[in-house]
Amino acid sequence: MIHYILKRLTSLLITLIVATIVIFLIIEVVPGDPAAYMMGLSGSTEAADALRVELGLDKGALERYFSWIGGMLSGDFGISYTYRVPVSQLIGERTLVSVPLTVYALILSTLIAIPVGVISASRRGSVVDTILMGVAQIGVAIPNFWFAILMVLVFSTSLGWFSAVGFPGWEAGFWVSIKALTIPAFSLALPQAAILARVMRSSVLEVMQEDYIRTARAKGLSQRQALIRHGLRNAMIPVLTILGLQFSFLLAGGIIIESIFSLPGLGRLVFQSIAQRDLIVVKSIVTLLVMAVVMITFIVDLLYALVDPRLREGGRG
Amino acid sequence: MKKIGFLLLFYLTSRAAAFAVILNVGLQLEPPNLDPTSGAAAAIDEVVYGNIFEGLVRIDKDGDVQPGLALFWEVSTDGRSYIFHLAEGVKFHDGSDFDAEDVKFSFNRARAKNSTNAKKYIFAPIVLIDILDPLTIMITLDHARPDFLFNIGLGDAVIVAPESAAGNAFNPVGTGPFRFKKWVRGDRVELIKNDDYWGLEPRLGGATFKFIPDPLSAYTAMMAGDIDTFPNYPAPENLFLFDRDPRFDVVVGLTAGETILATNNKRSPFDNILVRKAMAHAINRKEIINGAMFGNAAPIGTHFAPNHPDYVDLTGLYPFDLGKARALMKDAGYANGFEATLKLPPPTYARRTGELIAVELGRIGIKLKIENMEWAQWIDQVLRNRNFDLTVVSHVEPMDINIYANPNYYFGYDNADFQKIISDIDQSTDAAETSRLYKEAERKIAEDAVNGYLFQLGKFGVWKKEVKGMWANYPIRSNDLRDVYVEGAD
Amino acid sequence: MRHLSLSFIIGGVLTFIFTFIAILSFFWTPYDVEAINISGKFAVPGLDHIMGTDHFGRDIFSMVMVGTRNAIAVSLVAVGIGMILGVPLGLWAAGSRMNGGSLIDEILMRGNDLVFAFPSLLMAIMITAVFGPGAINAIIAIGIFNIPVFARMSRGGALSLWTRDYIMAARVAGKGMMRISYEHILPNILNILIVQATIQFSIAIIAEASLSYVGLGTQPPNPSLGRMLNEAQTMIFFAPWLAWFPGGVIVAMVLGLNLMGDGLRDMLDPKLKKRKAGDVTA
Repeated sequence: MIHYILKRLTSLLITLIVATIVIFLIIEVVPGDPAAYMMGLSGSTEAADALRVELGLDKGALERYFSWIGGMLSGDFGISYTYRVPVSQLIGERTLVSVPLTVYALILSTLIAIPVGVISASRRGSVVDTILMGVAQIGVAIPNFWFAILMVLVFSTSLGWFSAVGFPGWEAGFWVSIKALTIPAFSLALPQAAILARVMRSSVLEVMQEDYIRTARAKGLSQRQALIRHGLRNAMIPVLTILGLQFSFLLAGGIIIESIFSLPGLGRLVFQSIAQRDLIVVKSIVTLLVMAVVMITFIVDLLYALVDPRLREGGRG
Repeated sequence: MKKIGFLLLFYLTSRAAAFAVILNVGLQLEPPNLDPTSGAAAAIDEVVYGNIFEGLVRIDKDGDVQPGLALFWEVSTDGRSYIFHLAEGVKFHDGSDFDAEDVKFSFNRARAKNSTNAKKYIFAPIVLIDILDPLTIMITLDHARPDFLFNIGLGDAVIVAPESAAGNAFNPVGTGPFRFKKWVRGDRVELIKNDDYWGLEPRLGGATFKFIPDPLSAYTAMMAGDIDTFPNYPAPENLFLFDRDPRFDVVVGLTAGETILATNNKRSPFDNILVRKAMAHAINRKEIINGAMFGNAAPIGTHFAPNHPDYVDLTGLYPFDLGKARALMKDAGYANGFEATLKLPPPTYARRTGELIAVELGRIGIKLKIENMEWAQWIDQVLRNRNFDLTVVSHVEPMDINIYANPNYYFGYDNADFQKIISDIDQSTDAAETSRLYKEAERKIAEDAVNGYLFQLGKFGVWKKEVKGMWANYPIRSNDLRDVYVEGAD
Repeated sequence: MRHLSLSFIIGGVLTFIFTFIAILSFFWTPYDVEAINISGKFAVPGLDHIMGTDHFGRDIFSMVMVGTRNAIAVSLVAVGIGMILGVPLGLWAAGSRMNGGSLIDEILMRGNDLVFAFPSLLMAIMITAVFGPGAINAIIAIGIFNIPVFARMSRGGALSLWTRDYIMAARVAGKGMMRISYEHILPNILNILIVQATIQFSIAIIAEASLSYVGLGTQPPNPSLGRMLNEAQTMIFFAPWLAWFPGGVIVAMVLGLNLMGDGLRDMLDPKLKKRKAGDVTA
């Protein structure tokens, strides 16, 4: 097992190093100059050149790569070109919006998906199952940004209830903040819930084939009792895997939703930073997101290896 | 020395006491930082100009020069030197005193070799800065510059203190009626009233500038009452909805932004004046203003603000006439038209106008390929490397017709006659003569059809009925809140 | 079983309708999609314009037809790229592992993980920041993220097949790795690949719509469903049909493909069918 962990850890490190190089190279070839952007239509080239020196953009690529990596290792992500504050501070502030939004969306989607999946599976083939899975199919097919627009339309024009935009900040109060995140989280959650419900359903169906459920039923438990007492925990394993993947997907994929609802999250920061060529922010955020995915994958791999020793030999399929 | 002398600040005793109203102001774009002396983003001025920072003079809501930190000034007869008499007892928000040293520091910083001031050219004519006494400063120019006073009223020339200048990007310290409280990046900037303000006491207790990039959110935020005033509402198509709602006032004004179909005069076939004239005849301003701006814009026939006294209406010079346009194309040798690209920056006005332009020029056989791009790409390709055929952009700098005198500017207009007119304006000290020269300049570029002159960008003010004193126009990009108050809150 | 084929039928019919509309748009649309008519803007859906008109007076139905075509074209090519590059990579990785070259397999699969680890929408935005927006770059951006999907899937399928007796026989007969992969393995994993392609196709349609929504996909005046939704955003309070129709078409298209994919899976994967047949239903 230790050998396996070491092997995976090495490949994890190599992946991360390669990822930083890829990110750095992409950033290098992005056309457009942050200093020129800052100076706008009427700005003098002289001032832009001075700004470039001030931002450290005049140094060589290799030097900038190593100073970036070195900085990241010591927790110093550099200074944002446009905001002129430490990138780590920017990311920290935005994480306080994006992570709660993502967690909120995942909680909502789990709360919707698990009952739907279980009910659907336990009444397989019934009208209820058909309707629920039909709705789930539609849920999967709805682009979340369109759903968000429809939500705004329904709440504002039909119900006359206008959502407050933006984010008051956690210091304004927990519930106020939660309220501000509710509709965005719901917009993010629905398509994910639909996917999750489908996974949950097939997972439950699979578990119900297992011998221990048959045994439990033979002992006189009803199907529902057997499922709840013995099956649900096992059925959750694939669901948790999906949840892990969805977490990183939502964290990065909230860009559009954050824009629509004017939330100061990571996605909007990175989108805006790309447009303003605040590339030092872009590369740090992308690296962090990649790191998050790689770590989650690593942990999931370890868990699987614990459960199934054969995987330690053959690698993942 | 001829004394012009302004004496103000005496009618102000009638003002009432402090009020605690915090005004919520909606802005579409968040400023990258809060230092107006470094970087050109209009969004910086929209928050800080006149509120946090002040200059020697101040541009008011009509675009006129008013006394600022300099209460009055004298100009020498040759127009070269200015003596500014500074206000007494002025303090920066950090408590440090303001005097002539700060003025000298600010101007020297802006014109230094390593300056990152986007409008460094404002300070280029300065030859000497002499401190006569702590409250009197003399500035000498290379020669008379009629636009100098206006220019030092811009956000790029505000007065900063040596102790705090370096931190202004994120912790701005000025002399204005409001002081910086906090900035929640991505969401809002909060200002509170400066209780030690040297001038007229502001009537608001403070202001929160909320940044709402998405027009959909802008609409719901206004309707929900979260925002008291949107000085420049991002979606003209929604204005009528506010207009018919009794809770709001809609005030459509003008910005200093001439929206043009910028044309690469150095590149074939646009170097051919017949082609440019054909294009001018093919452009249907009415269709563009109705289609792209939903009727909320003023047509222009040259590069000049239509609400300026020196504006000449040249929209009839090349009236919309497809027959004439096609004939000109034939004369130019392009009876079958040609293909070209149209590079469009991100603002909605540019994207919509561009789509319409492509259709309109298509009618005379010019097949345009639209390329949408971000500002960074646009600046790189169009502005810097002049790698473009056509683009749509709004030139938001006030009184910027002189850009046509720079043959290296991106649209590449190189005309000695025009350059002479502009250098005459630079030297002129006579107001009537300056006005005549401006009109000549306007006519010259319109006749040469340098660019397609489309419309003056509107300023779409939407605010609650109780909010009074907001600027109707944007002679410069500023939401100066010193005179703003909320009715019923007094 | 009847229930399952029903989803295949619904999905197939929807997919057929949209394919038909897309092909039809090459030859005929009710109006010219680029023709503007400002005085006829915001026409309510009715007899003249069954889906109404937009802010330039363009016919929404015609734009939806061409937008559907563009969405299908982009997705088709993007998924095609993913398959053409991904499947050989997966087969190569599996073949190498089974023939003593586990280093190649390891490198290929770590490369796969690497692509997977990048947030896809964000990377697509970066790619278009480098090359500029447009349909081709949207295809590249979506295509890149399809490669690891197909590589992983074909590697998994191939690895389980390499241990079969008939593959052993082929190896003994002296057939090379590439030949075995091509002649014996590929045909046997084709079913799961087709099912996956259907699912990827529907994901690609949403991805294309998202990219166009943020302005990075198909460029004007060529209509795109995502951009139509973006443009509709500020007008939904007085012209909501601008958002209903393009959005509805995206949903219906994706729904159709997913239903068809599900139906195909049940029909093509005998293992799954057998298991389902043995289900204990309440």
